Amino acid sequence: MTSLPSHPSDKALGLVIDLDTCVGCHACAVACKEWNTGGHMAPLPDRDPYGAEPSGVWFNRVHSFEASGACGGRTVHFPRSCLHCAEPDCVTVCPTGASYKRAEDGIVLIDEDKCIGCKLCSWACPYGAREFDDDAGVMKKCTLCIDRIYNDHLAPAERVPACVAVCPAGARHFGDLGDPSSAVSRLAAARDGRDLMPELGYRPTNKYLPPRVHTVPSVAPDDSTTGATGALGWLDRLLSR
Amino acid sequence: MPETPRWSRDPEVATSPKVADSVHATTCYMCACRCGIRVHVRDGQLRYIEGNPDHPVNRGVICAKGSAGIMQQHSPAKLRQPLLRTGERGSGTFKAILWDEALDLATSWLGTIRRSDPRKLAFFTGRDQSQMLTGWWAAQFGTPNYAAHGGFCSVNMAAAGLYSIGGSFWEFGSPDWERTRYLMLFGVAEDHDSNPIKIGLGKLKARGAKVVSVNPVRTGYSAIADEWIGIRPGSDGALVVALIHELLRTRRVDLDFLVRYTNAPWLVVDAPGSAADGTFARDEAGEPLCWDRGTNAPASALAAGVTPALEGAVTLPDGRRARPVFDLVLARYGDTACGPEAAERATDVPAATIRRLARELADAAFAQAFEVAIPWTDWAGRRHERMTARPVAMHAMRGISAHANGFQTCRAIHLLQMLLGTIDAPGGFRYKAPFPRPIPPAPRPAGHAADVAPATPMPGPPLGFPRSPADLLVEADGTPRRIDKAYSWEAPLAAHGMMHTVIRNAWAGDPYPIDTLMMFMANMSWNSAMNTTETMAMLTDKDPATGEYRIPRIIYADAYASEMVAYADLVLPDTTYLERHDCISLLDRPIGEPDGPGDAIRQPVVPLDRDVRPFQDVLIDLGARLGLPGLVDAAGKPRYPGGFPDYMARHERLPGIGPLAGWRGADGTAHGRGAPNPDQLARYKEHGCFWHHVLPDDQRFFRHANRPYLDWATSMGFLPPARQIVLQIYSEELQSFRLAAQGHGPVQPPDALRVGIERAFDPLPFWEPPAEDAAYPIHALTQRPMPMYHAWGSQNAWLRQILGENRLYMPRGLAASLGIEDDGWAWVESAKGRLRVQVRLMDGVHGRTVWTWNAIGKRAGAWNLAPDAPEGRRGFLLNHLIDDRRGNRSNSDPVTGQAAWYDLRVRLARAEAPADAAAEPRFEPLPPPPGAPARPAILRYGADFRA
Repeated sequence: MTSLPSHPSDKALGLVIDLDTCVGCHACAVACKEWNTGGHMAPLPDRDPYGAEPSGVWFNRVHSFEASGACGGRTVHFPRSCLHCAEPDCVTVCPTGASYKRAEDGIVLIDEDKCIGCKLCSWACPYGAREFDDDAGVMKKCTLCIDRIYNDHLAPAERVPACVAVCPAGARHFGDLGDPSSAVSRLAAARDGRDLMPELGYRPTNKYLPPRVHTVPSVAPDDSTTGATGALGWLDRLLSR
Repeated sequence: MPETPRWSRDPEVATSPKVADSVHATTCYMCACRCGIRVHVRDGQLRYIEGNPDHPVNRGVICAKGSAGIMQQHSPAKLRQPLLRTGERGSGTFKAILWDEALDLATSWLGTIRRSDPRKLAFFTGRDQSQMLTGWWAAQFGTPNYAAHGGFCSVNMAAAGLYSIGGSFWEFGSPDWERTRYLMLFGVAEDHDSNPIKIGLGKLKARGAKVVSVNPVRTGYSAIADEWIGIRPGSDGALVVALIHELLRTRRVDLDFLVRYTNAPWLVVDAPGSAADGTFARDEAGEPLCWDRGTNAPASALAAGVTPALEGAVTLPDGRRARPVFDLVLARYGDTACGPEAAERATDVPAATIRRLARELADAAFAQAFEVAIPWTDWAGRRHERMTARPVAMHAMRGISAHANGFQTCRAIHLLQMLLGTIDAPGGFRYKAPFPRPIPPAPRPAGHAADVAPATPMPGPPLGFPRSPADLLVEADGTPRRIDKAYSWEAPLAAHGMMHTVIRNAWAGDPYPIDTLMMFMANMSWNSAMNTTETMAMLTDKDPATGEYRIPRIIYADAYASEMVAYADLVLPDTTYLERHDCISLLDRPIGEPDGPGDAIRQPVVPLDRDVRPFQDVLIDLGARLGLPGLVDAAGKPRYPGGFPDYMARHERLPGIGPLAGWRGADGTAHGRGAPNPDQLARYKEHGCFWHHVLPDDQRFFRHANRPYLDWATSMGFLPPARQIVLQIYSEELQSFRLAAQGHGPVQPPDALRVGIERAFDPLPFWEPPAEDAAYPIHALTQRPMPMYHAWGSQNAWLRQILGENRLYMPRGLAASLGIEDDGWAWVESAKGRLRVQVRLMDGVHGRTVWTWNAIGKRAGAWNLAPDAPEGRRGFLLNHLIDDRRGNRSNSDPVTGQAAWYDLRVRLARAEAPADAAAEPRFEPLPPPPGAPARPAILRYGADFRA
């Protein structure tokens, strides 16, 4: 079994995902696929890509569903990827040390050279964030774009995960959730950022901002015609071109 | 000894790998949005594609389609060489031929036509982004039978805007995302301007502005709206008219805006039965008149400083009676027939909700108005220290355009905007330059009898904007002159042509037979056709008397083995968007943003690996072979031997005005007007492949009446010299067609169309319900999924994993009443046929409406997908159920000829789950074209990049 860092740093890189703003466009999912199929865990293979049952490795998938609520329900678009938990069982169950959590920034990674493809980690992850590459016989997963966020070949503004760089609606945010003063920590605090399934105790780093409660205002129709002095008297004012 | 930190034992990770050998800017073409992209190439392969952060359209973001461009480039559906049909049309049997043979053949077919009757070439170009070339080429050829796909896209909204405010929604106008406090969306799903809208919605969300989405389906943007109005399809006009009624009733209208910027005060002659009825009263110089309350006499309505009356009948000096436009507005919309209760019956939106929405709009426009400290100068040269913001914005799209009543519904939305004073006001709707245009824009369609002659170019463009019946393209007896019947009495303002009618009309020889149908990038035997089943039959039908196809020849250009390829006689294979030059031109469909105009190019970023050519190059080559005057020089040699890039840099439409506005002049320092610059494309490539001019602050608003902007736009060639572009609440152009229907004037409609013309060409916006049929009580809609754009996207190896089959989405209550369960099956039936499809139940849909995703269903075998791919087995098209006819005319808006896709009505019944879990109908699988590569069993794209 694999141990977690004994002396982790305070740094906890992760994502804040705003479900109030996500329109479900899949930009994040495809950009992730595109970057990572040539990235740290390349490739992200696709079986039967033009056939009856195309099935590929994706580190980020968007699920859309309807949820009931005060306003008669709404459609929720829910992007799902590794949450880079503080207490990740996917790491501790790993028999070879292939799965590990980086002490310096909290990113959960897989060392493919050590992975034997036993899939214990995917059974251990309650979030379904692990993706098995049955071509290579190893487990793969979100790297938080570790080959982007520190990459000197990219302009500083681009050193964010691909999913964050592309999100058209600005619903995805990247930063250090271990630093309470960081922009992402403040955003999560201000918007009631939630852990997914906190009762399981994995302490996910990523936070989800819940959809704002939309209440339809009960403004009484205003029939006043303030300033009017008759049926058409409101037009009496001299209007000049 | 200090303990070694645990992380020092972590595996070493290459956190800073090399990304690319080179980065190439170009323009995306995974949909119509024209976002700027940067393509990273490593080891000669595409590493990744990202949004260009400097680009005015997308500001660095990119959508799912754009990121999937790599798989578009690597699609096994790419055509590889020219093809000549060898078997029966529709069977998909071809032989590969060389380009010389293909071009010789096309030249011989087209040359014969041109020397006899150029109209026998019908040239329709689908989702073409080079209409400034293709339309011009058609005019040089001499055929009026040209259009792109606008007629089945959203021409009614384009025309409604251009005949009302001189601009339109689409990607040609934008909410003021920075300032608006209230946004109302009508029928907007993933569509034109998708990244800008998503960026904008993100800004509104961050700012807490209210977003209201009027849409029968609660997905996408509607899902995150603060309020979803699940309206009945096709009834938006009733809602808008009721909002107008409420604003007038509660006196919440921007009268100053109306007087200064619209024709609200213009006098309309009230002389029923006369040829002048409903026209504007004009002075001897032709200037429209208003009634000046200062002098109590008529005055030019265009004069500065007049104090016009907005109500009451007046008597003109010649004794005629007249009323201000606004008086007609009050009479029309003040009536209870336009009130919330009537609208509730039409829309299924409660009257109380409509009243509240009207109040919210007014609150946003007036109670939340604010001043913007930007001094500006109005059309009359008067300086103003501030601009008043009206922070309520609207945007509308497919849910309005795909209904036969969409033209007048869109006009009603523009009227609502005008009443609130939000047209090009801070916080409101903003034009994207080169809009606003004159109302309507200048060119009129060519194609009159005198315009068409053998071996002769037409004197003008085939598409334009009629002002009156005199501009229609009809014979003396009213017979349409165009094969698609655009600009005829069936569709007088068909400003984008009517591609959806071409195949039937060509098949029927109505109004005349043609010889060759040449199409580009339009899947007209499948998802771009109404009545798909019969359309396929028309394409293959033969005249029993001669044994010849009723449509004698079909030339088709496409980059991929789409369903339409099988129906071509000659296939001209195109490149992908990453392999060629393109031109996103101000002469066509530019990339202007509210803060200034722009245009762009594409450049090849990967080398060609097969024997295909850019269609634009082929067209220029064909034109030279045919000796078209604009395409050969005085010696008869090709004028643009360098193909399309050569044309982009050297062609001049008018002296100094060419396809691209940036870096003109011999030294490349001129913008807008200037001599051709041989190095122009190099300058574009140095500047990210786009040109964007940022207007000074004082020219960014009220541009219809902004002196410095109007002068600048004139200098750029966007506008003829203009005093002011007065927004047209009341349309005299529409009234001229109504008067013809009443018997006035020399150009008269056929009697059978008089009543319809008189009704449809109402000079003030109105709503009429879509056609009802009690046998088919349920509305059926499609919408575009966000990660896909038509059939292109749904064959993409990555995107098809997101959505490889479509369900019929059905409201729970309706399903329960039919005994249909989630994941169950249903028969969907219209007068045209029936489908068996699998159902998904949902809450967020209007209770009498079903819908599905557009263009997922494919013909088995097409696009080089496996014959048992889910797109062909379980995916389906609603198109089979949509009649292309309505009575004895096309299923189109009677004003603009817009295809009425969303007027579809169906009935539903529970179906037994089929043993093979397949949708119906299904068609004979198509074979892959010659030379198509084998489909890989697995893709390991990117493995080579791993360090």
